Amino acid sequence: MSVNVIKPGLLTTVQDLGRPGYFHLGIPMGGAMDRLAMRSANLLVGNDEGAAGLEAVFMGPELEFTQDALVAVTGADMPVFVDEVEQPGWTAIEVKAGQRLGFGFLRSGARAYIAISGGIDTPPALGSRSTYAIGALGGVEGRAIAVEDELPLGQASGKGKPGSTIPEALRRGPGSPAELRMLPGLYWHRITEAAQKGFFEDEWAVAPEADRMGYRFRNGRPLEFVEREQPFGAGSDPSNIVDGCYPYGSIQVPGGTEPIVLHRDAVSGGGYFMIGTVISADMDLIGQLQPHTPVRFVKVDMDEALAARAERAALMQRIRETVG
Amino acid sequence: MKTRYSFGGDEHIFVEVDEEMSLDAFFKSLSITNAVRDANIRGVTEICPANASFQVKFDPDQIRPDDMMAELKKLESAAENAEKRLTTRIIEIPVFYNDPWTHETLMRFRERHQDPNGTDLEYAARINGYDTVDDFITAHHSTPWFVSMVGFVSGLPFLYQLVERERQLQVPKYLRPRTDTPKLTVGYGGCFSCIYSVRGAGGYQMFGITPMPIYDPEQKVGYLKDFMVFFKPGDIVKFNPIDRAEYDQIVAEVEAGTYEPRIAEVEFDLDAFNADMEGVNAKLKEALYVG
Repeated sequence: MSVNVIKPGLLTTVQDLGRPGYFHLGIPMGGAMDRLAMRSANLLVGNDEGAAGLEAVFMGPELEFTQDALVAVTGADMPVFVDEVEQPGWTAIEVKAGQRLGFGFLRSGARAYIAISGGIDTPPALGSRSTYAIGALGGVEGRAIAVEDELPLGQASGKGKPGSTIPEALRRGPGSPAELRMLPGLYWHRITEAAQKGFFEDEWAVAPEADRMGYRFRNGRPLEFVEREQPFGAGSDPSNIVDGCYPYGSIQVPGGTEPIVLHRDAVSGGGYFMIGTVISADMDLIGQLQPHTPVRFVKVDMDEALAARAERAALMQRIRETVG
Repeated sequence: MKTRYSFGGDEHIFVEVDEEMSLDAFFKSLSITNAVRDANIRGVTEICPANASFQVKFDPDQIRPDDMMAELKKLESAAENAEKRLTTRIIEIPVFYNDPWTHETLMRFRERHQDPNGTDLEYAARINGYDTVDDFITAHHSTPWFVSMVGFVSGLPFLYQLVERERQLQVPKYLRPRTDTPKLTVGYGGCFSCIYSVRGAGGYQMFGITPMPIYDPEQKVGYLKDFMVFFKPGDIVKFNPIDRAEYDQIVAEVEAGTYEPRIAEVEFDLDAFNADMEGVNAKLKEALYVG
């Protein structure tokens, strides 16, 4: 009852919906960066939405099946093959014992999600199978999958229907320029009004330093600080604060130059000021941004953030009803 | 101290108890987070205390953000009058200062440092007014430290020096963060010491290394069998300088599963500490070697 890793891809990790509850010790919730894609893939193969699957960055793995299974690939647009035959994405596909699942070159998005009926059954750590590589926790020995790993599978529910699909109208990916809605706050008052305005006016681009911990952006103008005497314990740079907690999605700007949006494997705190937080409804999109993608930050208030969250929840509900 | 509340998106409330670091701000933050925990507010998913601030993560599908904010503000005034006293523990942490591993790493990242021609310890000693590195090291390990935050990455403690503000050591972080730091490096940034729980990126100056693991996801280390993270806020630490032979000895004991850190239960009362720092520190240190 396992799947053999023939090629691991670039960086493929076991992920589920994460392990909330340990952020106060510096252990982030982790889990799939694009939750909607992970949940959708699981639904298609008859798994619980929170079952563990694979998150493959930029390049898919090659997997050999030792038993018949139902598989679904969602998220980034990457051609899917069973042996040499191309298969549709966002669709439950049958893979027979002895066949191989493989991938072609990435067409759009950044992370593909692979769900297998029964789910990946690596040992849970702190209540989750999600791989948190920095802390060597979860997944396969706390690391990305590697050649010759055998990924254990759980018992399939039998509820998945081969050929069932999520229509394109219910899939979501970032546009170009991608728009990330953010609620200003936290240390927003530390930059001048002109800088606050400029932050939303500028077109930013995803920097190469973009991973599960956070996404860095560049090409915008440096932020100008409101002058102050630095508080005791903060450090001398105007972007320093007394080390505090970082919200998921918070936007820190070390030195006032390149914003970093923290994601699922966020550091839990540190000494850089934050200017606001990307709203929960747009966190999934960040996981699908490739380096160099142009990005604009869009200012919203709390009502708009909650409306966007409700819209996202309604979309997920429509997907559940479609898959049935 | 002026408490400032802010939403961190639609799922977090960030509360800055004070802009600057002090034990008063830490104790107030700790009291409020304890009160939030005890209040069992519906929808709260994470409570994270920090040095002089804290954060609450909540599910806005269960409680409206404005209601969550109102609940927190109600708890602030009650926490104001809480006792600034803790029953906690003091732990002796062996440190091999000026070790070869952090030295090799700091040499690799010299161009990101304020002083490319010296070492982190030489720079820290000079800007803090110490004639020699040895004098600076003595200042670092002669007073106890207070764990005022656990976080950044897995179980990393931030340590605040238990001395008058004028005597506190202060060092800026690297100009640009390193991409590598040896596991268990004893670091320094702003007014905080830290112990890197895992290998990885970091911006704190590097002074030494401890042989004592503080995070073990496999939970094989004896004293981490119950839980993989060693530190919690409120712990008190006394650094103990060791040489290479002692370092190797402890590493061997950890591997053999026989190493037990020296720990004693102590009371810490902030008012008593503020009234007589030397006296309280002497008692804390004594507790490690009694019984």
